Amino acid sequence: MLFFSYFKELVGKEVTVELKNDLAIRGILHSVDQYLNIKLENIRVVDQDKYPHMLSVRNCFIRGSVVRYVQLPPDGVDIDILHDATRREARGP
Amino acid sequence: MSTGPGLESLVDQTISVITNDGRNIVGVLRGFDQATNIILDESHERVYSTKEGVQQLVLGLYIIRGDNISVVGELDEELDANLDLSKLRAHPLKPVIH
Repeated sequence: MLFFSYFKELVGKEVTVELKNDLAIRGILHSVDQYLNIKLENIRVVDQDKYPHMLSVRNCFIRGSVVRYVQLPPDGVDIDILHDATRREARGP
Repeated sequence: MSTGPGLESLVDQTISVITNDGRNIVGVLRGFDQATNIILDESHERVYSTKEGVQQLVLGLYIIRGDNISVVGELDEELDANLDLSKLRAHPLKPVIH
């Protein structure tokens, strides 16, 4: 639940999602769900010459299971809030 | 502000699916479920190669199982019409490794 809430805070920010097939997609975070599936808008594939497969795609849905990394803007993180939430989560149900 | 319906906004739209084995399948989304299983109508596969232009293989009405799906992209028909697929050269996408 922590990461779901965390990503909800990042909606509207630009992120780069690196997938397990090495594809990397940059875009504005539109929405996220409980499976951490991600919807991005106005996407741009990072190495567009190598991966022209998505040239006609503007918006996309990325299945959570296939995400390797989500690269975030450095100012997208409030470290203190994240620490508190992590401590709460670690305390258990 | 959670996603909610997810793929609901894409129903009856043309989408481009990237599967875990690196295939690119284009078609009209008719249905989906929580596991991201999808029903794709009028679908065709786009095969990319470094030697020749993009090959399009007609498939028809397909169900693609959710576990095999990486990306579902909303195809912009205008952008797609501007593409000259016969001129595109690219390596096929890599398969997903968990």
